[in-house]
This record gives sequence, C-alpha cells and structure tokens, in this order.
Amino acid sequence: MSDIADFFVDPWRLEFMRRGLVAATLVSVVAAVVGSYVILKGMAFISDALPHASFGGIAIAFALGGSLYLGGAIAALATALLIGFVSRRGLVRSDAAIGILFVGSFALGLAVISRQKNYTGDLFSFVFGNVLAVTWNDVYLTAAIGAFVLAFVAIFYKELLFTSYDPAMAAAAGLPVPALQYALLALVALTTVIAVQTIGVILVVALLVTPAATAQLLVRSLPAMMALGALIGAASSVIGLYVAWHADLSASASIVLTATALFVVAFAFAPGRGLVWQALPRLNSGSSAVLK
Amino acid sequence: MLDHSSHRDCAVDVRDLRAGYNSHVALDGVTFTIERGCLAGLVGPNGSGKSTLLKVMLGLHKPWSGEVLIFGHTERPGHGDVGYTPQSELVDWAFPVSVFDVVLMGRYGKLGLVRRPGRRDRDIAMSALERVRLADRAGRQIGELSGGEQRRALIARALAQEAELLLLDEPLAGLDATAQHDLLRLLEELRTEGKTLFVATHDLSCVAADFDHAVLLNRRVVAFGRPADVFNEEKLSEAFQRHLFVLPQGTTIIGP
Repeated sequence: MSDIADFFVDPWRLEFMRRGLVAATLVSVVAAVVGSYVILKGMAFISDALPHASFGGIAIAFALGGSLYLGGAIAALATALLIGFVSRRGLVRSDAAIGILFVGSFALGLAVISRQKNYTGDLFSFVFGNVLAVTWNDVYLTAAIGAFVLAFVAIFYKELLFTSYDPAMAAAAGLPVPALQYALLALVALTTVIAVQTIGVILVVALLVTPAATAQLLVRSLPAMMALGALIGAASSVIGLYVAWHADLSASASIVLTATALFVVAFAFAPGRGLVWQALPRLNSGSSAVLK
Repeated sequence: MLDHSSHRDCAVDVRDLRAGYNSHVALDGVTFTIERGCLAGLVGPNGSGKSTLLKVMLGLHKPWSGEVLIFGHTERPGHGDVGYTPQSELVDWAFPVSVFDVVLMGRYGKLGLVRRPGRRDRDIAMSALERVRLADRAGRQIGELSGGEQRRALIARALAQEAELLLLDEPLAGLDATAQHDLLRLLEELRTEGKTLFVATHDLSCVAADFDHAVLLNRRVVAFGRPADVFNEEKLSEAFQRHLFVLPQGTTIIGP
C-alpha cells in the first residue's frame, strides 16, 4: 500500500520537481488555449518557427549578459512581424518567408554560441528544454505572461473568433482584422517565450498543436476545445513528469510523448469520428454477411 | 425610370467604377443602379470582376476611381447596411462553431470591440434563424448542415446584421434542384419583405425566370436592366466571348 503511495508522492518530495510541475502545467494550459487557434488557422508551421527564431535572441542575450526571456521575446516577436511584412509584399509565399526567417534567426543563435568561450550548457537546455532547472522566478514570470495571454484571449474572444472564422466578413463588419491577426501571432510568440525554458525550442510546437488537436477530435465548440485542450495539456505534464521520474527519461520528451499518446488514443477511439468507430459499421456489415 | 439624381428608391448606385489589383484591371468604368426592394442578378464569366465588384460594394477593396453609393451614401466597413454571404468554398465548414454562433456573428459589427453579445443580440439571431427555417438546427456544428441549409445559415447571419442590402456570392452553386428551389423561394420572400438582394450567379435561367433585374458584367457592364432585355444573343455573346443560343423558354445553352 505504501509502495503505491510512494510511487505517486515520491517525485514531489523534491522542490525542483514541484517547481517543474507548476511550470510545465502553466505552460501547457496556455499553449493549448493559444494552440486552438493555431490548429484552426493552419498555423502549425509558424508555431514551430517562432520558438526556433527565439533562440537567436536568447543566444544574443546570453552573450551580452541580458535577460534571456527578453532576448527570446524580442526575437520571436520581431520574426512574427517580419514574416507578416515579407509575405504581405506578395513577392514570397508566406510559408517560404517563415522558412527563411526562422532558420536565419536560429542559425544566428548557433553562430553566437560558437563564439562563446564560457560554458554554454545553459543555452542548450533552451534547445532541448530543462523543466527541472526552472527557478521560482521563472515560474512567476511564466504565470504573469500566461495570465496576460489568457486574459487577452478572454477579452477579445469575440474578435479573435470572428477574425479566425471569416476574416473577410469580420473586416466588412469593421473589425481591425490585420491588427488581430498580428495579435494572434504575438500570442503565439509570447507562449513560445514561456515554453522554451521548460520544454525546449524543438518541442514547443508539440504543446501548441497536440493537446488542441486531440481536443478537436472530441468536442465541437471552440470554448470546449480550449478547456479540454488545457486539461489534456496539464494531464500530459503531470503524467509526463511521473514517467520521467520513474523511467529516468528527459522530462520534456516524456511530456510530449504523453501528449502524443493521448492524441493517438483519441484518433483511434473518438466517439463517432475515431478510426475504430468508422470501422465499426463495416465490421458489423461484414459479420452479418458471414452469418447469411 | 433609372434616374441618377433620385437616390430615394435606389439601393445601389455605382458610377464609373475602376478597380483592380496591382496593374491588373478587374473593373473598368462600371456603372449601374439597383432599385430598392429588387432581386437582382450579377452575371458574367469567370474572371469578369464579379467578386471584386462585391468586395468594393462591401468596402473591403478600395477602387481606383468612381464611387459606390449604398442607399445614397458611401459604404464603410462596420456601417452594417450591407450583408454578405461568401462563396461556399471560401467558408471553413469544419470550424468548431454552432449554427447559432455563426448567425450571432452578424451582430458583432454593431457591438464594436470587446462588448459581448447580450440578450437582445441572441433574440435577433434566433429570429433570423427562424426566418430561414433553421431554428431547429441552431445547436448543430455548422458543417453538419446540408448544402442548402448552410447557404440559409449564411443568409440568416446577414439578416441578424439587420442589413437592408444583401450581397450573395454564388448562393445557388452546387445545390440540387430542390434546395435551389427552396433558396430561390426564400430570396423572393425576403424581397417581398423589402430587402434588396444582389446575387452573383452562373445560373442564367434562374435569373431569367425569377429575378427583377440583371447586371451582365465582363470588366465593364455589358448590359443591365430587366433580364428579358439583358439576356439576348448579342449581349450574352459579347459578355461570354462566345456564341450563345437563346431559346424561347429562356433556357440558355453555351454553344461550341
């Protein structure tokens, strides 16, 4: 009996595990809410690009001894604006603009690191994520930025919904559509900034895309998708940290793999839409044919 | 009868409109009027500028020159006089919104930034749904509706906006005969209630049979007026750049 209790309680005896749990849960909840728009607007590519782009700013801030968060935020926001600017010119398709700019910023980060004489292990924890190295100050900053992002989504819910669903009609109704589209990119950039420390540049996109996509398989309204996505994200963080603790795996990899596993389950068993449900009528008709 | 100086009975007054993209001319000297309470058709081949014209009328695309007067004034986004239903293939039917949510969006322009829709907005959206006979579908996800029901839901959104002029982009395309008939009946009912409807369509026979007015467009207005006057062999051939045989019943077949 006490073995089972130990299994569940053990990880949280250590403060860095508790800090990691709080940070990962906060980040995955915010990412799932913003990620709902990412899924619906087909923005998966750009939501992979912005974390990579933030790495350029993080590396420069590291070299200059400034705030890594601020460096990452400036690089991610600047890249988001530049992508919008370059693709609006109409000379380059937007997916090409994304590809050019984020790799450019990421390579800048690598170039800066290659010139650093002191230890750069800290920087590589941003690439692969190190949820257990999170400080309480990181947690507070994550909570503050996350609260801002969620408040923005709540206050401008109607505007973001209309702009995402039908931009032409939203513009005709007098909504500032380009400003709202930039705002959505800025929300993705801010989510990126709080997610890179815990989950890493490479895996941020999984928190933005996977829980929201899983939720979309199970519910049919946007608020429900956001709420269920947040729950799935939080559950992935908790389960992922247990897996990481007991199996001695990378925490960020475990969190993302848990989210991926939950998606696979939903993809197979989602009521009415999952693979299994779609196969059922065929199985039934097949068996009745055999009976005849 | 179509006197430019009297705006009173004029829903749409387009004067010498030139518009396009970069150096491409989409509309070149377009001039026509639509009377209030009319069911008017907008007909022309692909690339004739129909969608550009609708965008200019909505205030979404700035013309190079000329003007569009809607009920006597220049339309600006957010004014709310002009309702619009986009082409079906431009609508994201998989989006997780209910039929009621979509109709309620018709109220968003009037609400302005940040304010939430209230009881009155919900009542207006619900009666718009009742008006298009979709009240029993209010809670469905928008993509679960049939083709004809989807078009009616978009019309309900324009009605919830309390627009007096409705611009409909290809509402009849891709519908089976029954759904097309139901939709035409709805458009006729709305006209009877005093709405002005301007419908872009490829269905010449529907316009010929049921519409009051037709605008035949190919970058410029080839003809406008009563369908019987507009749809003759000479005008249609000019607009579509190929020979069209007009049969006495009003049925048109595009010749080789």
